[in-house]
Amino acid sequence: MMEKWEDNRAWYLVLPVFVVVAFSAIIPLMTVVNYSIQDIFGPGNAVFVGTEWYEEMLTDKRLHDALWRQFIFSGLVLLIEIPLGILIALAMPKKGWGVSASLVTLAIPLLIPWNVIGTIWIIFTRPDIGLFGVWINSLDLLQVPFDHTARPLYAWITLMAMEVWHWTPLVALLCYAGLRAIPEAYYQAARIDGASAWAVFRYIQLPKMRGVLTIAVLLRWMDSFLIYAEPFALTGGGPGNTTTFLSIYLVKLATGQFDLGPAAAFSLIYFLIVLLFCFIFYQALLNVGRGEKIS
Amino acid sequence: MARIDLEEVAHSYAPRTQSLQDYALKRIHITWEDGGAYALLGPSGCGKTTMLNIISGLLVPSQGKVLYDGRDVTAMAPERRNIAQVFQFPVLYDTMTVAENLAFPLRNRGVAPDRIRHRVKEVADMLDLTGVINKKAAGLSADAKQKISLGRGLVRDDVAAILFDEPLTVIDPHLKWQLRRKLKEIHERSRTTMVYVTHDQVEAMTFADTIVVMYEGEVVQVGTPEALYEQPRHKFVGYFIGSPGMNFLACRLEGDTAHVNGAVIPLDSETAEAGRRARGKLELGIRPMHLEVHSRQVSGGVPVAVRLIEDQGDAKIVTTALDGQTVVARIPETHPVPGEKAWLRFPPQWTRLFADERLVG
Repeated sequence: MMEKWEDNRAWYLVLPVFVVVAFSAIIPLMTVVNYSIQDIFGPGNAVFVGTEWYEEMLTDKRLHDALWRQFIFSGLVLLIEIPLGILIALAMPKKGWGVSASLVTLAIPLLIPWNVIGTIWIIFTRPDIGLFGVWINSLDLLQVPFDHTARPLYAWITLMAMEVWHWTPLVALLCYAGLRAIPEAYYQAARIDGASAWAVFRYIQLPKMRGVLTIAVLLRWMDSFLIYAEPFALTGGGPGNTTTFLSIYLVKLATGQFDLGPAAAFSLIYFLIVLLFCFIFYQALLNVGRGEKIS
Repeated sequence: MARIDLEEVAHSYAPRTQSLQDYALKRIHITWEDGGAYALLGPSGCGKTTMLNIISGLLVPSQGKVLYDGRDVTAMAPERRNIAQVFQFPVLYDTMTVAENLAFPLRNRGVAPDRIRHRVKEVADMLDLTGVINKKAAGLSADAKQKISLGRGLVRDDVAAILFDEPLTVIDPHLKWQLRRKLKEIHERSRTTMVYVTHDQVEAMTFADTIVVMYEGEVVQVGTPEALYEQPRHKFVGYFIGSPGMNFLACRLEGDTAHVNGAVIPLDSETAEAGRRARGKLELGIRPMHLEVHSRQVSGGVPVAVRLIEDQGDAKIVTTALDGQTVVARIPETHPVPGEKAWLRFPPQWTRLFADERLVG
């Protein structure tokens, strides 16, 4: 029989992970916490200010505007990408060469570096040389010629189109994986039970996709809430501040104006908001369709 | 309720068929009489599920016709055939309650709400689901889930037939026995045609009046449990039905006797006559329980070496060697146990001949 060890030296085995996590997450985070409660004038020259930066940030009008913009943006992202992703997954072929073809086609946007995507869409939508920009203006339908650098609405449309083009494939791929995992017997039983196509979707496909949809909603919420590279490349936050999302405002604050204290306080608030919404979505999706119905 | 005929039905899953080996079902011609309780018995991969899916319409056969009461339904979709099918593993609509699950096949067909409520209650009572009727189906045990699947099969009372595809695989042995009896009861009451697929001979024999035995895509025998036991028409039926399975010994004929290596075994003249006319590899077959085991030499007895004696409680299984071929005998618990040597007698009325795996005569 093996002898039982009387101490807890096994904990040492966890140490490497702890060290890595400390340097990659905990220490940087604590540095931010440290910044957020001090006014820093230069190296070794800082004054403790308590919660002043938090108060300033929570009442900052520009931050409120950016936050609303961010909610609208992320909300639209979910409203468009999730249903569209499901529709694409449902329409994808189930066997034959079409499967590989559609999977590869869908994966292309996901493989392009994010700032390159911004550049692609700048060129695509430019009113002077862009394929889309020139085409839409040649139709002469719009009262004001299309130019995403000039009109907030056009900037938003371009940004949404880019975001949907970039990330809907991820949702579609996840949903497709979820759909393929449904055993054939469910579809057979539904046919025997005389279920309509809608009933099959409502009572078999949608419930069986709950797991992958949870992941899709969380990923798309988080990613779109933290979006930076693409709008930075495409609009730089303009025209005016109309596409200045939280991260763009944060970077302006921290590296443009060197307001490290307020930026740190802002970062932490930002972090908490993301965490809170992830928690809410996760709980909601976990509980949907669960529990007992009493009638 | 209906009589179902399969006319010259064959099916292959391969896109292009080259040989008979490509067929999962090989030209099957069979009638399921209205109101019958059938078991479809056979080993895994013999085409049982294929046959069931062709009857229900989930699968359109490569060749042949499916008739319901003489009406050709071969190309008709399952939802229009009015047939019920229960699958091997529980299939549930997770987001619905047990009652909603049971009501689903009725609701899809626009049955009146009163009637639905009545049928759901009836079926739930029948399957002991009343206690969980308003619970979500997703959270229940495997047993309860499969009962719901069964219930969805039973809830429509006007179906042409109910097909069960090994429905009790995931159920506890004790409950399995209860549910099987319940199905039998339901059959006796409703007289709906039922086809029950299984690879368990006990299950088949307790459920069905008529057993259809399938082997490698063919129906090798249709008959009562008794007929299958006493008159197996195919070597496979001899093996598969009964425990232990039938003994088969390669032999040659000489007059009215079969010669197994050196041993001479008498046959009745009819069997011998049929054997002489038959072509192909001849084998002698006998059920273990029909063999007589003697400790001393008897007239007509064949000397064998005893290899193993297993006590099964109510009987003993004696494994012997006859010139290198294994012969198994089943003797009553009280019967004297032979020593190292024994003499086997093959009663001619129970000794059968098989040519190329099929019963002769």
